[in-house]
Amino acid sequence: MSILINRNSRVITQGITGNTGQFHTRTSREYANGRECFVAGVNPKRAGEDFEGIPIFGSVREAKQQTGAGVSVIYVPPAGAAAAIWEAVAADLELVICITEGIPVRDMIALRDRMKKENRRTLLLGPNCPGVITPGELKIGIMPGHIHRQGRIGVVSRSGTLTYEAVAQLSDLGIGQSSAVGIGGDPVNGLKHVDVLKLFNDDPDTDAVVMIGEIGGSDEETAAYWVKEHMKKPVVGFIAGVTAPPGKRMGHAGAIISGGKGTAQEKLAVMQACGIRVTRNPAEMGRTLKSVLG
Amino acid sequence: MKIHEYQGKALLRKFGVATPRGIACFSVDEAVAAARSLGGNVWVVKAQIHAGGRGKGGGVKVARTLDEVRARAGQILGMQLVTHQTGPGGQKVRRLLLEEGADIAKELYIGMVVDRQTQRVCLMASSEGGMDIEEVAAKHPEKIRKVFIDPAIGLADADAQVIARSIGVPKASVPDATRLLQALYRCFDQTDASLAEINPLVVTGDGRVVALDAKLNFDDNGLFRHPEIVALRDLDEEDPLEIEASKHDLSYISLDGNIGCMVNGAGLAMATMDTIKLYGGEPANFLDVGGGATAEKVTAAFKIMLSNAKVKAILVNIFGGIMKCDTIATGIVAAAREVKLSVPLVVRMKGTNEDIGKQILKDSGLPIISADNMAEAGQKAVAAVKALAVKQKPKPKPKPKPKAKPKPKAKPKPKPKPKRKAARAKGKKK
Repeated sequence: MSILINRNSRVITQGITGNTGQFHTRTSREYANGRECFVAGVNPKRAGEDFEGIPIFGSVREAKQQTGAGVSVIYVPPAGAAAAIWEAVAADLELVICITEGIPVRDMIALRDRMKKENRRTLLLGPNCPGVITPGELKIGIMPGHIHRQGRIGVVSRSGTLTYEAVAQLSDLGIGQSSAVGIGGDPVNGLKHVDVLKLFNDDPDTDAVVMIGEIGGSDEETAAYWVKEHMKKPVVGFIAGVTAPPGKRMGHAGAIISGGKGTAQEKLAVMQACGIRVTRNPAEMGRTLKSVLG
Repeated sequence: MKIHEYQGKALLRKFGVATPRGIACFSVDEAVAAARSLGGNVWVVKAQIHAGGRGKGGGVKVARTLDEVRARAGQILGMQLVTHQTGPGGQKVRRLLLEEGADIAKELYIGMVVDRQTQRVCLMASSEGGMDIEEVAAKHPEKIRKVFIDPAIGLADADAQVIARSIGVPKASVPDATRLLQALYRCFDQTDASLAEINPLVVTGDGRVVALDAKLNFDDNGLFRHPEIVALRDLDEEDPLEIEASKHDLSYISLDGNIGCMVNGAGLAMATMDTIKLYGGEPANFLDVGGGATAEKVTAAFKIMLSNAKVKAILVNIFGGIMKCDTIATGIVAAAREVKLSVPLVVRMKGTNEDIGKQILKDSGLPIISADNMAEAGQKAVAAVKALAVKQKPKPKPKPKPKAKPKPKAKPKPKPKPKRKAARAKGKKK
């Protein structure tokens, strides 16, 4: 078991004809069961062609009908990415993973509003995220597969390379991962920390979770309060940006301390108060997790 | 992206927001001519810089004669305006807004931001106009009214009316205020704004509702749709190093410390800064080289970090995923040679082709300090800076030193830390 994806997932790549889409579809396909899992690509102008044997369809709906795929991954450029997400949602897929960075917030507001009003069941991961991996089964996204190790620890994070850092620390300690999920660094997105924690909580093959956050917003606090009330498994945490000055956007559009809110100190304090074991040293994420395992 | 008040007001007027009449000026003579052409007998001379808090810093003055306009404009133009947002160095005033004076009966506050929780634009309004809204939020949260705007509908009449009444707009002026709030939202929505603030919004003696100030920020990701807003960018208001970095597609932010860092990924970059701090150092910058760093990009990054004179050491922390460690190592070696690197360089590389990368660094013959993990990298960078500080500033009275220092904790004696002092002197207020 795992969360969100496993060896039985069937995946559509939206933006399979662009450089980024091709590169990452290729590396994802080379990982574990990727060859069976990546079954379709979408490009309205290139329908009927194929990418290294993966058939290209004119629309997500058609790709789903023809292949039975329930997941899509999006590498479409920012200007058209929100529309691409909507196409996948409208085709009633189970999960859409949007890797694209730089989507206007306004487009995301309109998209999220429509998804909520129409009560769509499709889960959205991202945008501006590295994707999700279930080690040994399937990788959908841009993370380096080889640093992962099959196991029973969940990882959830807003940041890409910091997720890899945590995963590598775990793997170096001989601790494998059930799934590692990057929710992305944008202010308006799909799944949040709390949503992913709920999935890990219900996953019988996850024993504990590493939750990595960063400055900005209050998603980590929301997740922490939920953990206090409902989480049955140990959670350890780290928040990046103790040294970040207020009012400056630290790379990610969502990583900004505004109006004195969203500081790392504040988040760490709430997490700790809610029973999450936190570390202030990013080099200690792996060992902190190890310390809570029975 | 930020713009000036006069530019924001011009934009708001296009959407139907009422503002005082005003003219942007770049010299004292222009200011006097502007006052003459506006007419009347009260004018306001306003410094145009992007930072807030201009009034308190002495950047906004009232003038009642043309001679006073000349005097005030002369004082403000060219001054180094210090506010709580500029830092202690302040910001040079290069532009003025010369406006007709307003007859103020009531001062209010309105603002708009994107709310992450509801994933909607939030309209905030308060009867406490003219005050720092963060202060109001802290002391009197009940005085801030909020509406979360449905993106498919926009700001509904009823919502706008309720907000207007709740912050004390007189009954006769409610229709005027409603129109203004709706115009502000249309502007926010249609320009991909990320923040709008009118503080104060005033009700005049004759009952009109007017935006006396205008602060607009825009979502960088939406700018491709708005060349007319991009054209308003004022490079004088931005950090030259940050501008240079953006040309190379690098995300760079200057900080107050002395350890430069170059990292791939925003989260890892912040975590690296935190590590430096954890071991007693201070980062000189945030620098994310992104996912596709080339040798040219790495060289540009080194040049930018080193043009900050405070930098006493550099820490490179790369997690090679898509980006391979050997590519980065080649870039680092080329960059170090090209810029004739003279400060200690600590490199930590992990991930794809890590061993080849480390070998390239070793074979280069450059005095690169290698580290295996983030903690070690942070410790080594901090130690390198401390060693330099000791070399440059020896103790006035050298004492006979014990030969082997057993453990640092055995020594309670405080040591001089010249570099920390420098960092504190430039400490940020808020």
